[in-house]
Amino acid sequence: MQVNHTNLDDFIRGAAFLGTGGGGDPYVGRLMLKQVLDQGRCVNIIDPMDFPDRATAINLLTMGAPTVINEKIPSGPANVVALRKAEQELGYKIDAVMPIEAGGINATIPLVVGALTGLPVIDADGMGRAFPELQMTTFNVAGISSSPNIIADDKNSVVCIDTETNIEAERFCRDICVRMGGEGQMACYPLTGRQVKDHAVLNTISLAVAIGEAIRVARSDNEDAVDALLGFLGSDEVGRFARILFDGKVVDLLRETKGGFSVGRVLIDSLDNSGSQLEVVFQNEFLIARRDGVPLAMVPDLICIVDRETAEPITTENLKYGQRIKVMGVSVPAIMRSEKALEIFGPRGFRLDIDYSSIEQLCRNL
Amino acid sequence: MWLRYFDDGRRTKSKNMKTSGNTRIGIDVGGTNTDAVLMQGTKVLTSIKVPTTKDIGSGVAAAAKAVMEGASVGPQEIVHVMIGTTQFTNAFVERKFLVEVAALRVALPATTSVLPFTDWPDDLRSLIGQHVFLVHGGHEFDGRPISGLLEEEILTVADQIKQRNIHSVAITGVFSAIDNAMEESVAAILQRECPGIKITLSNEIGRLGLIERENASLLNASLSGFVVEVIGGFVSALKNLKIDAPLFVSQNDGTLMNEDYVERYPVLTFASGPTNSMRGAAYLTAHKEAIVVDIGGTTTDVGILSNGFPRESSIPVDIGGVRTNFRMPDILSIGLGGGSIVRQNENGEITVGPDSVGYQLTSEALVFGGKTLTTSDIAVAAGRCQLGDPELVAHLDKDFIQQAEQKIHAMIEGAIDRMKTSRSDVPVILVGGGSILVSRNLKGASEVLVPENFGVANAIGAAMAQVGGEVDRIYSYEEMGREAAIRAAKEQAESGCINAGAQADSIKIIEVEELPLGYLPGGAVRLRVKAVGDLYQSI
Repeated sequence: MQVNHTNLDDFIRGAAFLGTGGGGDPYVGRLMLKQVLDQGRCVNIIDPMDFPDRATAINLLTMGAPTVINEKIPSGPANVVALRKAEQELGYKIDAVMPIEAGGINATIPLVVGALTGLPVIDADGMGRAFPELQMTTFNVAGISSSPNIIADDKNSVVCIDTETNIEAERFCRDICVRMGGEGQMACYPLTGRQVKDHAVLNTISLAVAIGEAIRVARSDNEDAVDALLGFLGSDEVGRFARILFDGKVVDLLRETKGGFSVGRVLIDSLDNSGSQLEVVFQNEFLIARRDGVPLAMVPDLICIVDRETAEPITTENLKYGQRIKVMGVSVPAIMRSEKALEIFGPRGFRLDIDYSSIEQLCRNL
Repeated sequence: MWLRYFDDGRRTKSKNMKTSGNTRIGIDVGGTNTDAVLMQGTKVLTSIKVPTTKDIGSGVAAAAKAVMEGASVGPQEIVHVMIGTTQFTNAFVERKFLVEVAALRVALPATTSVLPFTDWPDDLRSLIGQHVFLVHGGHEFDGRPISGLLEEEILTVADQIKQRNIHSVAITGVFSAIDNAMEESVAAILQRECPGIKITLSNEIGRLGLIERENASLLNASLSGFVVEVIGGFVSALKNLKIDAPLFVSQNDGTLMNEDYVERYPVLTFASGPTNSMRGAAYLTAHKEAIVVDIGGTTTDVGILSNGFPRESSIPVDIGGVRTNFRMPDILSIGLGGGSIVRQNENGEITVGPDSVGYQLTSEALVFGGKTLTTSDIAVAAGRCQLGDPELVAHLDKDFIQQAEQKIHAMIEGAIDRMKTSRSDVPVILVGGGSILVSRNLKGASEVLVPENFGVANAIGAAMAQVGGEVDRIYSYEEMGREAAIRAAKEQAESGCINAGAQADSIKIIEVEELPLGYLPGGAVRLRVKAVGDLYQSI
């Protein structure tokens, strides 16, 4: 598969959806990709099952605040510098790159590097969505170290961080990133082909493209785009449990900063005069949705807010009073729901005082 | 009585105010009509609608002349002329009168992964050109320089600009909203090396978001030839009428720009049309918190008044295929107007619009002897207003009329509901010529207000002499403390306001918006503060 001019917009819209409200607006990533495609370069996506067990891969990303990313465009070449430095540190060549997260701007970064270097991009990621921190990956769940963590900036400063734990890596990298102007280009979590197959969330790039395509086709056929998306996600081919959690209008929005994150909640009133209200709490990404106090979905299951007519995904930064929206809930693959996984990126991983219940359980009557 | 008119109250009040010395003309140049009002203090002395002329200037002159004659006011009594115009928006959307632009980004070594014009439509790119220059400079989010300016590099760019015979340049520096010094320094060098060149500085236009701000700047720079022509046309029109008063042009946020400023920043007028009608509605009803429904010939624009100003859209706006992020009111447009076509399908369902007979209403509508059933015909048939010949719609079925009216009201109610921010009912102000379509209270409205002069609210909005100042920067709350940061931002917005000509004692802070920056520790918060003030003491 390739990501090219034809499916670029589908991919970006799908990445925004999988961003579950956060992950940074992939618009800038779209422009970065467009620029390399305009130069005649190619983005080759390979299926993880076609990637040899002993071949080597590494995860690429931009770490930083969305506001900074929108102003100081991430540098593709600096990310290549990080990749080459990682090879030096590891003492071997990298055969393919991959995204650490399937949602938001970071879904696009390895594709840009793939185009610049000619390296293939593996159709898989370490989060199956977007998460705010480096240790919130299925690789970490499997006990794989993120080190060496390479972080590079536009001025060719390159910092290499080796840590005992991945949460320590997150803290050191975040500090370096601030020093670099609020944004750094990273390579981390080197993996073998076997590790990718066993511990990554598989086929999430192609999933993003297909999500975007489902929305686009429904719109052009004048069908209900949200229904089409639900149908696609629930199909045998994809096999996700997907529901509309709520249909309503944003009536209250609270956003504040806590520990470097955009934290808050949005209240949504139903449109059917039932008096029912949905509350969605977020920390960069949407974490938990409660209807009249009763949970309907929680992290790591996907909670996505979309325009109720066009199914356009809406990020927490773009939420505003009065918007007519549908809140969608989508299950995640089993690899993201193990006991260990839930410790790291389940509700308690985000300091929510609640045990995880799956969306299938919570929405069985919906 | 569901309508409340404002003639009595406002007139009595205005008589008690000192009105001398602030006689002014407000003009709104629309695509179809040019509206004008002559105001004295808070009082509208006369108003008029004339057709917009191709050369703009003569329509403006005709309108200004008519209102002066109507009020028996001589040109020497006029102290200000305020104009709202959609000329620049139309020129850009229609790709007319645009000049080639040099895109100069002050950012190296950063930002090379998305070059200027990357996402522009091909036709615009080929019109405006692909003169792209990146030089060293720009800032980090915390104000540190990314790199220093290199004068030699900028001199090379200046040479290129001269060689390529380019007369307009847009300068965009990374984080110039935080520190504009580098953009200013580059501008000074170009000014010296390329005398007479038109310079657009991104920090004067935009907010954070490099690509959107750069796009808005490029768009502005492409209008630098046309704006001189249009403003020149306005000035000579006024001169011919012997009006020797400063000219102001209204901008997107409901405040005014002087002649020099609009010549530099025509892009800031892009959404002034809906803004003016909303400001006019606020002014005419003395309501600061309300929903304004502006019903024209083809569309109805619904917007929210908050603190007397239109609520702004927080999401990027696409103009003529180019994504920008400058200050725009949050407006919902639906295809309903006084000229909208009314039909009934096989199932008996009634549809209204979105197509409209538009400016041909007076020949196409049934009441004017035409062949097309329009919403205006429904209003006449229902006895809501007098327009044309009611006999020509006497044959319409009563149930049909009732259902069509029901449909029209439901469309407006739907739009109001979509814009509302809370469940409680709010006042709704109706303006625009199509207001005659509304004949009863509206769902979601605590009251429906139709001000006197509702048809020329936009020209009145233009005449509302307020000027503003805005700050949009990132502050570190940990370093400065929240209160000190907000105070600093307010002071800066206020001094911007004074520089724009406001009376110091009239300045009010109308907006303080805090947006915490995710992922960045240190309490970095983006603060946006807006201040406005009156040009006149007496309003």
